Amino acid sequence: MQYHSPASFAEASQLAAAATGTTRFLAGGTDVLVQLRADIVTPDTLIDIKKIPGTRDITRNADGSWTLGVAVSGAEMGEHAALVADWPGVVEAMNLVGSTQVQGRATLTGNLCNGSPAADSVPAMVAAGVTATVTGPNGERKVPVGSIPTGPGRTSLAKGEVVSALHIPARGEHAGDAYLRFIPRSEMDIAVVGCAVNLRLDGDTISEARVSLGAVAPTVLLVEDAAAAIVGSTLDDAALDRLAAAASAACKPINDKRGTIEFRTQVAGVLARRVARIAYARAKGEIIKGHHG
Amino acid sequence: MALDDLKTKDFAFVGTRPNRPDGLDKVTGRAKFGADAHAPGMLHGAILRSPHAHARILRIDTSRAEALKDVKAVVTRADFSDQVPFAPGLEGEFWNVLENVMAGDKALYDGHAVAAVAATSALAARDALKLIEVEYEVLPHVTDVDKAMQADAPVIREGATDYSVPEGMHPNVVRMHESGHGDVAAGFAEADLVIEDHFTTEATHQGYIEPHACLATLGMDGKGELWCCTQGHWIVQKTCAALLGIETANLRVTASEIGGGFGGKTTVFIEPVALALSRKANKPVKLVMSRSEVFRATGPTASASMDIKIGMKKDGTITAAEGIFRLQGGAFPGGPAEYTAMCAFAPYNLTNVRQVGYDVMTNRPKQAAYRAPGSPMAAFAVESVIDELCNQLGLDPIEVRLKNASREGTKASYGPRFQRIGLVETLEAAKAHPHLSAPLKPGQGRGISCGFWFNHGGETSVSLALSEDGSAQVMVGTPDIGGSRASMALMAAEVLGIPYDNIRVTIADTATLGYNDVSHGSRVTYASGLATIKAARHAVEKLCERAAKKWGIPVDAVKWENGCAVPSGPNAGDFDPLPLADITADMGRTGGPISGHFEATPEGAGVSFATHIVDAEVDPETGKTRVVRYTVIQDAGKAIHPTYVEGQFQGGAAQGIGWALNEEYIYGEDGRLQNSVFLDYRIPVASDLPMIDTVIVEVPNPGHPFGVRGVGETSICPPLAAIANAVSAAAGVRMRNLPMSPPRILSALKAHG
Ligand SMILES: Cc1cc2nc3c(=O)[nH]c(=O)nc-3n(C[C@H](O)[C@H](O)[C@H](O)COP(=O)(O)OP(=O)(O)OC[C@H]3O[C@@H](n4cnc5c(N)ncnc54)[C@H](O)[C@@H]3O)c2cc1C
Repeated sequence: MQYHSPASFAEASQLAAAATGTTRFLAGGTDVLVQLRADIVTPDTLIDIKKIPGTRDITRNADGSWTLGVAVSGAEMGEHAALVADWPGVVEAMNLVGSTQVQGRATLTGNLCNGSPAADSVPAMVAAGVTATVTGPNGERKVPVGSIPTGPGRTSLAKGEVVSALHIPARGEHAGDAYLRFIPRSEMDIAVVGCAVNLRLDGDTISEARVSLGAVAPTVLLVEDAAAAIVGSTLDDAALDRLAAAASAACKPINDKRGTIEFRTQVAGVLARRVARIAYARAKGEIIKGHHG
Repeated sequence: MALDDLKTKDFAFVGTRPNRPDGLDKVTGRAKFGADAHAPGMLHGAILRSPHAHARILRIDTSRAEALKDVKAVVTRADFSDQVPFAPGLEGEFWNVLENVMAGDKALYDGHAVAAVAATSALAARDALKLIEVEYEVLPHVTDVDKAMQADAPVIREGATDYSVPEGMHPNVVRMHESGHGDVAAGFAEADLVIEDHFTTEATHQGYIEPHACLATLGMDGKGELWCCTQGHWIVQKTCAALLGIETANLRVTASEIGGGFGGKTTVFIEPVALALSRKANKPVKLVMSRSEVFRATGPTASASMDIKIGMKKDGTITAAEGIFRLQGGAFPGGPAEYTAMCAFAPYNLTNVRQVGYDVMTNRPKQAAYRAPGSPMAAFAVESVIDELCNQLGLDPIEVRLKNASREGTKASYGPRFQRIGLVETLEAAKAHPHLSAPLKPGQGRGISCGFWFNHGGETSVSLALSEDGSAQVMVGTPDIGGSRASMALMAAEVLGIPYDNIRVTIADTATLGYNDVSHGSRVTYASGLATIKAARHAVEKLCERAAKKWGIPVDAVKWENGCAVPSGPNAGDFDPLPLADITADMGRTGGPISGHFEATPEGAGVSFATHIVDAEVDPETGKTRVVRYTVIQDAGKAIHPTYVEGQFQGGAAQGIGWALNEEYIYGEDGRLQNSVFLDYRIPVASDLPMIDTVIVEVPNPGHPFGVRGVGETSICPPLAAIANAVSAAAGVRMRNLPMSPPRILSALKAHG
């Protein structure tokens, strides 16, 4: 196994492009090292991106948008008051990952690029409209994060491509986001269903919404029907019913050790209602703490 | 010298709560567990495991692995003794264990060991496994207990059935138990309401945090040393010697500190393999299991399928009870079906009772003991039906249990008459407990259950030696799995009359003490405690002799009081009390070293009962359950160290919560275990548990000098039922299958409408 710690993303990309066999980027390592020790994936090339300048930075841009370095840990996000105030849903989703120890290392980018359909931060990022800068042998491109995972353990990143930054849009006025997952226990578990809602209000009426589901299909889902179900409403009971029905209808889950099709489908609707209520309250200016579990 | 045989009050040390002697080492990381041993020139072992649930092993080619420079030995079944006899049922237990630690003709479950490697590093050993080629002929498999009994089920092993099984049953049924008394048909006829129902529980793992680990050395001279994490090193010594074909005494086994066992470390898995590798490589070999290996290849408990029928009168009197219990214990005899059957109705004084247990083989790992093996499932089924009877007849669940409770003199459902027991006292304590009358919030339900376990005595040997300065060392042979060193020291302090801190208790190795049965059956504080007390009394006799000699009076004119020899009465003479340290200071000149010893197989363990109260909350939209309040009430006979008694109460409840709600072995259609890591084997995490309150009831056991009853196992008997009763009440629908995972609860709610 070869270990590299390049000083720039261009160099990281070159190393990856030139490598043979299995390559992994090392962000927090909370997936990579676990898979290595469990004899699931033993990389031939390990490229540690944490030493690249700027990868630990959380920056608020002039237009109110955010740029996050790809080695920013969950704990660092949770401790950043302004980021939490703007995007409580994205932060709470990332903060659900693992334990205190794992939070010190785990990153949004790693969660995204590991390609797990159950990754907690990904639905929240998709609902928030997060984009990623991808650096490759032919330069940089910018893509919505939802286009990166293509199936369990797979991504659309080409050989030599590395995510070099994440961008969260400007929050703007009268808006809120939230994420909830269902797990049978209270923590240290993997989402059986995850749901994120990001919405904006015009008075009491929802003017924009994005609803995303995790763990109910091979990849994260952006459910446009679910968003349409609540846009124009004040999130009254009828709107919530439509939202739940649309969320359930979008599910394409499997029966597995973590849950049945029937269960996931129903719970997706239940979570969608609960998450939408939190996002709505946040858009109204209420402070609602992240849920643990 | 007069010694009271049963002391139940005026204790100086017993009942206090000093720090445990191993506490500092454990919190500072100094304690040495199984994987903490190293030896010069040590190799690392790794085990190749079958990916198939059932397959004939046609050929194993180890040549490519052996060719590696780093590989120093490869073993297969051929490297073990061929003198271990096969016999039906548990008579052939050594053969069963051998077959389990290294497959013979067939791989019998996903994870069954087929070969092992010793190499210069753990990584090299792991990689070498990939070069071993095994050719399998995959056979049909069965992992479900009911399916394994059906006519078309694949036969796991012909000839494994013992005499107890009636003709015509499937060969996978290897043992049968039947017991009871009275006439159940007549009893059911007298009942106002009879409920008959079917229940299932899944296999669960003990979930100890420390994976099995050992360091083995076995030389060409047939002499060996083994360091391992175990609940009983003499059984390890005996079994390994048999499996490797060496004399027992030539293998010295030392028990490491243990990171949990709960019954799962009462047998061997990797130890004989490490010894075989060491013998072949002529080097020490260390073997450490991964968590996945622990799940796939050590012993979970059995899964169960149970039919219960109970008849009750309108006034709550149980008129008859009948149960059929089918337990699968993996691909070997030994599922605890007879314990399940015998424990099922033990809390109740029944005129008419009958219980039948079937021990069934399936293509799963060999079950191992797990805290009161067999009893929790029985309680789940029986106590659910009693709860339902109470609901339908509008009766109070505590009063009904009190009305039918077993007492001193009751003829137990499994045969003998009970001596002094404390079930009624636990029920009375439950009735008086504020938990029982606390209001419930909407969506919450309350459940109660009783539970029973036999407890065990077992072969026991303890030595105690006094030092010149008056301190004492106690050598016991039962690994400390729950704070027992503290309890031993307290009991020795009580007899000797010297401070707790002046007593050091050590778990002796197999070369330095006589045979000791495993730390199981809740026997340690009872049996090793009894032996410690008697060994201390033995030393006290000698101390009194020395004093008598010094004073020139007969030994029966000397008694032992508060750590001193004193004249037994005014007629004995006028001498100042002679402290223990004054006697030991001179002992070299007054007759030599003073020590005490005791060995026996004590028979008076004293059965134990508990009553648990649980409040649970169910989210009707997701089926998620939270246990919001939990109270354990159990008879401890006498709590030597109350903190560690409470710890056992809480631990049993915590494991019961896992078993009831989310833990289960999940097998795919292919017979492979799907959740062999803690991510998907859902043991409760700390935040899943409420504070578990405890009430220690003390009804002294006449079979122990201080009245002790074992407490380690009974605490896991009531939880499954108590939680199921609480969840059923909260959900408004009877839950008959464990675990009560959210998908199961949600579909039960849906079916209920
Ligand atoms: C105990 C424990 C609990 C966990 N609990 C959860 C949980 O609750 N929810 C959850 O979603 N996950 C959980 N995880 C999984 C893991 O922690 C998360 O997926 C985490 O976000 C991964 O981030 P990382 O920085 O550690 O990734 P790494 O392990 O460093 O990398 C993960 C993957 O991303 C790729 N990668 C990393 N950086 C880049 C980059 N810049 N460009 C391209 N590819 C890249 C790597 O090649 C690798 O394939 C848990 C893990 C553990 C060990």
